[in-house]
Amino acid sequence: MYTQLAWRNIWRNPRRTAIILTAILIGVAAMIILAALMRGMVGGMVENAIDNMVGHIKIQHPDYRSDPDISHRLSEVDGISKALKIVLPESARITQRIRIDGVVSNARETAGIEIVGIHPESEIGISFIGTAPVEGSPITASDKNGVLIGAALAKKFQTGIGKKLVVATQRGDGESGSRAFRIRGIFHGDMEATEKAYLFISLPAAQRLVHEEDSATEIAVTLARETSGKELEKLVMQCRTALEPFNVSVYGWKDLLPAITAYLAMFDVFLLIWFVVIFIAMGFGIVNTVLMAVYERMREFGLLKAIGMRPARIIRMVMGESLFLLILGCTGGTFFGLGVTCYFAETGIDLGAFSKGTEMWGMSRIILPVINASDILFANAVVLLLGLLVSIYPAVKAARFTPVETMRQN
Amino acid sequence: MNDLTLAWRNIWRHPRRSVLTMMAIGFAAMLLVFMLSFQFGSYESMINASVKLATGHLQVQGKGYNKKPEMRNVVPNPEAIMDKLSKTQGVDSVTPRSHAFVLASSDTRIRGVLVTGVDPEREKEVFTIPSLIRKGDYLSNEAGNSIIIGALLAKRLNTGVGQELTLLGQSFDGSIAATVVTVRGIFRSGIDAVDRATIQMLLTDFDDLFVMNGAVHSVVATVHELRQTEPLKAVLKNAPLLKPLAVLDWIDLTPGLKQSIQLDLVGGIIMYVILIIVVAFSILNTFLMAVFERTREFGVMMAIGTTPRRLVKVMLMESMFMTGVGLLAGMVTGALLTVYFSHAGIPMGGAADLMAQYGMSGRLFPRLSLLSLLVGPTIIGVVTFITALVPALKIPRLKPVDAMKAV
Repeated sequence: MYTQLAWRNIWRNPRRTAIILTAILIGVAAMIILAALMRGMVGGMVENAIDNMVGHIKIQHPDYRSDPDISHRLSEVDGISKALKIVLPESARITQRIRIDGVVSNARETAGIEIVGIHPESEIGISFIGTAPVEGSPITASDKNGVLIGAALAKKFQTGIGKKLVVATQRGDGESGSRAFRIRGIFHGDMEATEKAYLFISLPAAQRLVHEEDSATEIAVTLARETSGKELEKLVMQCRTALEPFNVSVYGWKDLLPAITAYLAMFDVFLLIWFVVIFIAMGFGIVNTVLMAVYERMREFGLLKAIGMRPARIIRMVMGESLFLLILGCTGGTFFGLGVTCYFAETGIDLGAFSKGTEMWGMSRIILPVINASDILFANAVVLLLGLLVSIYPAVKAARFTPVETMRQN
Repeated sequence: MNDLTLAWRNIWRHPRRSVLTMMAIGFAAMLLVFMLSFQFGSYESMINASVKLATGHLQVQGKGYNKKPEMRNVVPNPEAIMDKLSKTQGVDSVTPRSHAFVLASSDTRIRGVLVTGVDPEREKEVFTIPSLIRKGDYLSNEAGNSIIIGALLAKRLNTGVGQELTLLGQSFDGSIAATVVTVRGIFRSGIDAVDRATIQMLLTDFDDLFVMNGAVHSVVATVHELRQTEPLKAVLKNAPLLKPLAVLDWIDLTPGLKQSIQLDLVGGIIMYVILIIVVAFSILNTFLMAVFERTREFGVMMAIGTTPRRLVKVMLMESMFMTGVGLLAGMVTGALLTVYFSHAGIPMGGAADLMAQYGMSGRLFPRLSLLSLLVGPTIIGVVTFITALVPALKIPRLKPVDAMKAV
């Protein structure tokens, strides 16, 4: 009965109801769209960072992180890999690398660079270089003198496919070692910085360069996409226990990317602030609309009271009206928001015009919104709860009208 | 009774409703003033941090050096250019610099690194690295053959204050440049990319080592106020002395910074537009009700000869009064909020680590300017006017007879 009454009441003035519904709808939709965009942006940042040879789990010599030198290499690589395979799920992918600072030069130019020795096939699905577009040909797993350089570096060195480069670094025994390599291919990265920072050779070639057979400076693990944060933490713990005899450090990506992790922790607070701000903007409208609806029905409330309706019931009825408004607005807003988000999810939002800016913050050029059920629930909860909270004011006003006072009004 | 009084009194026929409407407008205005001040303030601190760390506001370099830094692409007459720059109105400081790629080796380690030759007295005036020395001292003209080095690089070279490094590179004339230098100081800026790859030495030592014969790679200038950069750049470009060289500003030197500011601004604008639309719909009901509940009244007034034009005018005045009061209140509270936080700063919590990588401190200071104070409220004003126009324009369509019959 009250439900029906409340429902019919809100349609006594359809135009007014439609307007306030539009306000709620736009507000809720804006919350959902923005949350999805921001999640997509941050998710892209995390993915880019992980893709940049970080991986989900990484095993390194305990001192390598603070001092990435070949002297801090992993020695029992095969033993570690075997121990890892027992702990990790089948879907996990493992690769070994040597990463050391070095110098690359040709007749014209010299530059500092990070030399990365990789297993080209096993990098697919683990880091960007596995799938990066390459001009010329990629390097093979046993390539003794082939090198892959970034497009930006090739341009700076005015060199091309088939030309020679000299790569120098410090060997495991402390002496300096250098070798000539031939450029097999030129890779294109998302960012110019990446194209200038790394030079890829095969792992055996890197081992020969540093004079250390069967060594690697790191083992990187990439897990299946759907692995949750908790599962990852558990796996990191398990790896730590399993690898205890080897005296190595095991890191989850959150340990390796502290700045991004801290930013993620603040992300939910940003969202909450945005939700509340939008709510306040529509909250004034909600209160005003319900208040108007209450005041023009003063007589009615007086009459209801005169025939014995208790104030609590009146409050319930008015609150019921605003609950209907809120539910309708939220439902409409959610669908509208989801629709717009899905539209953008198809194509993505291209921030190419700001490519240097996105690069600076490690963001992707194309943002794909990410719909997260908890964000949608959260947005709806904020609007419903706060909406009901502010409706208490007009409801209590309505309950306080005295019959005598209201009957005198025209 | 004149129209203004009429409009003003009309507002107060429903004090509660009118106040709520003004509050909605005021809230939006306050938020926009504060947020825009906050954004502009953080942009300024980003730019300043980047400019003061290394690039300066303006640099004079050889043509093409910025894209492709080659040893032989130099500014041959730095004295004359520094003289010209320091005599230019608005320029704060001028300092010469040179760069070369070297192999730096300690007893146990070798790394390839870019070494910069600087004038320590001039660097100290504006740039931050001299003040970031954590161990030892900054360069001094009295202590030749010494360098300062970034903390991460020092660790990678296994070196410390007082120890020696060998630098090996190629000099201006193509001959081999080699020297032994002492580490005089270690600095930490908090920006990994800088701490990992910076060595500074005396420009005089650099000149000898690389046989520069007095030439440098760039002349770096800072200006008194950021907004003077552009006009100064334009003026300098046309100076006959600088014609054969390139004049670059911080945007050319760090294009990522400018674009990330634009990106943030665009993101902000989208949020503000959404906010304003929501507010507009929130208050549309008030304006609409003000017309509909008075249909009868308008009918009577028109019947006794009031022109519809005048009724529309009164209606709009009414809405604009409300908007005006709301905007004013919002601007005042927004400005107060901004001024308070521009002294106290806003701690950025978890984002501080990320920001440190771009040379910003963990606290952001909003900065109130005429622009940030007026832009938001102006837009809100325009939007509310359009919102008020929708119901007001319904008045002329009323027919007195029908209107008077309305309840």
